[in-house]
Amino acid sequence: MEIHYSPEQLAFRDEVREFLKQELPADIAAKVKLGKHLHKADHERWQKILSKRGWYAPGWPVEHGGTTWGPIEKHIFDEESAAFGAPRLVPFGVNMVAPVIIKFGTEEQKAKYLPRILDGTDWWCQGYSEPGAGSDLASLKTRAVRDGDYYIVNGQKTWTTLGQHANWIFCLVRTDPEAQQQRGISFLLIDMATPGITVRPIITLDGDHEVNEVFFDDVKVPVENLVGEENKGWTCAKYLLTHERTGLAGIGASKAALTNLKRIASKQQKNGKPLIEDALFRSQIAEVEMSLMAAEMSTLRIVAAASEGGVPGSESSILKVQGTEIRQAITHLMRKALGPYALPFLPEELDLDFDGEMLVDDYAASPASQYFNMRKLSIFGGSNEIQKNIVSKMILEL
Amino acid sequence: MDFKLTEEQQMLQETAERLVRDVYDFESRKAFSESEAGFSTAFWQQLGELGLTAIPFSEELGGFGGTGVETMLIMEQLGKGICLEPYMESVILAGGLIGQLGSDAQKEELLGGIATGELQAAVALDELNSHYDLANVTTTASEQGGAWVLNGRKGVVIGGQTAGKILVSARTAGNNRDEQGISLFVIDPSAAGVSRRVYATVDGRKACELFLDNVKGELLGEAGNAYDAIRYQSGRAIAALCAEAVGAMRTACDLTLDYLKTRKQFGVPIGKFQVLQHRMVDMISELERATSMAILAACLADDEDSAERSAKLAAAKFVINRAGRYVAEQCIQLHGGIAMTWEYNGAHYAKRLVMISHQFGDDDHHLEAYAAQLSVA
Repeated sequence: MEIHYSPEQLAFRDEVREFLKQELPADIAAKVKLGKHLHKADHERWQKILSKRGWYAPGWPVEHGGTTWGPIEKHIFDEESAAFGAPRLVPFGVNMVAPVIIKFGTEEQKAKYLPRILDGTDWWCQGYSEPGAGSDLASLKTRAVRDGDYYIVNGQKTWTTLGQHANWIFCLVRTDPEAQQQRGISFLLIDMATPGITVRPIITLDGDHEVNEVFFDDVKVPVENLVGEENKGWTCAKYLLTHERTGLAGIGASKAALTNLKRIASKQQKNGKPLIEDALFRSQIAEVEMSLMAAEMSTLRIVAAASEGGVPGSESSILKVQGTEIRQAITHLMRKALGPYALPFLPEELDLDFDGEMLVDDYAASPASQYFNMRKLSIFGGSNEIQKNIVSKMILEL
Repeated sequence: MDFKLTEEQQMLQETAERLVRDVYDFESRKAFSESEAGFSTAFWQQLGELGLTAIPFSEELGGFGGTGVETMLIMEQLGKGICLEPYMESVILAGGLIGQLGSDAQKEELLGGIATGELQAAVALDELNSHYDLANVTTTASEQGGAWVLNGRKGVVIGGQTAGKILVSARTAGNNRDEQGISLFVIDPSAAGVSRRVYATVDGRKACELFLDNVKGELLGEAGNAYDAIRYQSGRAIAALCAEAVGAMRTACDLTLDYLKTRKQFGVPIGKFQVLQHRMVDMISELERATSMAILAACLADDEDSAERSAKLAAAKFVINRAGRYVAEQCIQLHGGIAMTWEYNGAHYAKRLVMISHQFGDDDHHLEAYAAQLSVA
């Protein structure tokens, strides 16, 4: 039993660190560290840099442009990227639809879509949730009716993250309304430029535009855009959800957020001294840091098991719950650290291009907004309650 | 990075598991607990015969040179059976202290016996007002005519009722709560001036108060310089307790899950109710957290002394104290009335789990320690 990285793994970590030191643009890292807004161009710039190094899609097979990294290397890369303030990759193309296409797609689909994801031509978004289908995803109603060489799609998707930037959407649609729940669902790739698609912004509680509604009104989708078999889309969806859950503990991001919390608590004052020297506040930071330590060890155990060929199963559900609770606890403390200055709502200060005078300091504009924004963590990717249902059913067999 | 066990470690785990399973059924445990010794002297002997008491000692002392991982494997199994034997106290703590501080002659005299189990030792660190502070030592020792003489009272000495030797921390210089000036002595419990008040503990073990009235003690190591060794070896004890807690939590979770599947109310097994399903998942989640920290503690326990080691051991004990209390309370809650009875096994797991948090620092103690060293980069 060895909790430390091997010399080879440490050498790899040095290589990753060197790359991040050299290549990660300072302005992007500054935005990430301060919780400021990233523009589409920021994401694209970072993605191009990664692509050039061959590290944009490390989880893909080498023949499609991936790497030979195992789970431990991927973990190291994610950790270091988060520590340096690299933007979290927008996952919908590279880490969500691509694995599904690689696993279930035709050769033509692989040849058509994968290179365009890799070089940044396409920006994908996810068409899963609907107004009536949230945690109960299988109750989705968006219809796709076969008409010759096309499906005619009608319905509505919602919570479409960064859909305003996307030119493609992968959707779960109902192709057999008679079949029971999961059975009549298909996995469809849809060009956002197709007539009949309308994207409407949803402004979230922090005042941000991150998610959207997408409406489909007699949208014609070529049948060759079906991935896998008709009515077998749930298999793709399930495969993707397992993929999604493994990264959801967000240990690296929480570590970076904790560093930011300590910085804020060092600058804010209470009783005439830095807040971090206040025993009560300090012990709350200590508590969350210890929880994070435990979650990191659990992550490493799962990663190490995966590198031995184990499939991350329901234990990643437990880790999703723990990891998101930790991140939320950190944002709670960040907000508390500001005292009354958590109140001013200054979204313009969240733009790094802002050149006016900051009300307090560069760190003060985002914590309260971030706190509310991060409430999403326990809701998306299968709400934490759904994760507990999964563990209850799959591990405990209750 | 690798969390796999070696073949030898797997064998060790299986040996301990089999032994505990064969000996420690509920009725037998009850009888051991009620016996005069307060544990099974036969089981203790078996631990010795199978070499389990020798695991952490070096080969020249008849041991196997085991690390914190081997200790974890044994302690977890002892925890699964909520075994009563003072394995941690004698083998890990007393053995560790003698190994670190003792002269070659003392090691030869004492460690051989501890390794075979023939000598069961206990360690007396706590006092009436020490509250987990290892430097809060008011028991004194002074040199009189070339011999050390101890006076004072030590408290809650687990295994002290049967111990062949007791290690006692006493002040030889300095003021109370100074780290300097603390020394460690070996005393013979049958020596003149020693009196013991033996009592049962809440978790079914036995312990004693140790009253020392001009008792002759044998110094271990240098006079006045024992604190660092006591702190370091307490870290090994913490790692061992963490593993024991994980074992006890695992059984408590198993019992609770089994109960959810068999107990029927409103015409269905109560495990069909989502509120109980989620509670059970929360228990498993705490167990996972605890397991991770017990592994971390085990891997660090025998590392060189450092601030990082101390901080991580504090974190492990903090997380495990909290997790253990959660599992204990929910084990009782989910079982309902039956867990309120002496006759129900699960209740005894709950008691041991909560009492572990009263040994070598509760969650406040370790939170304070961890917060004090928090790095603020």
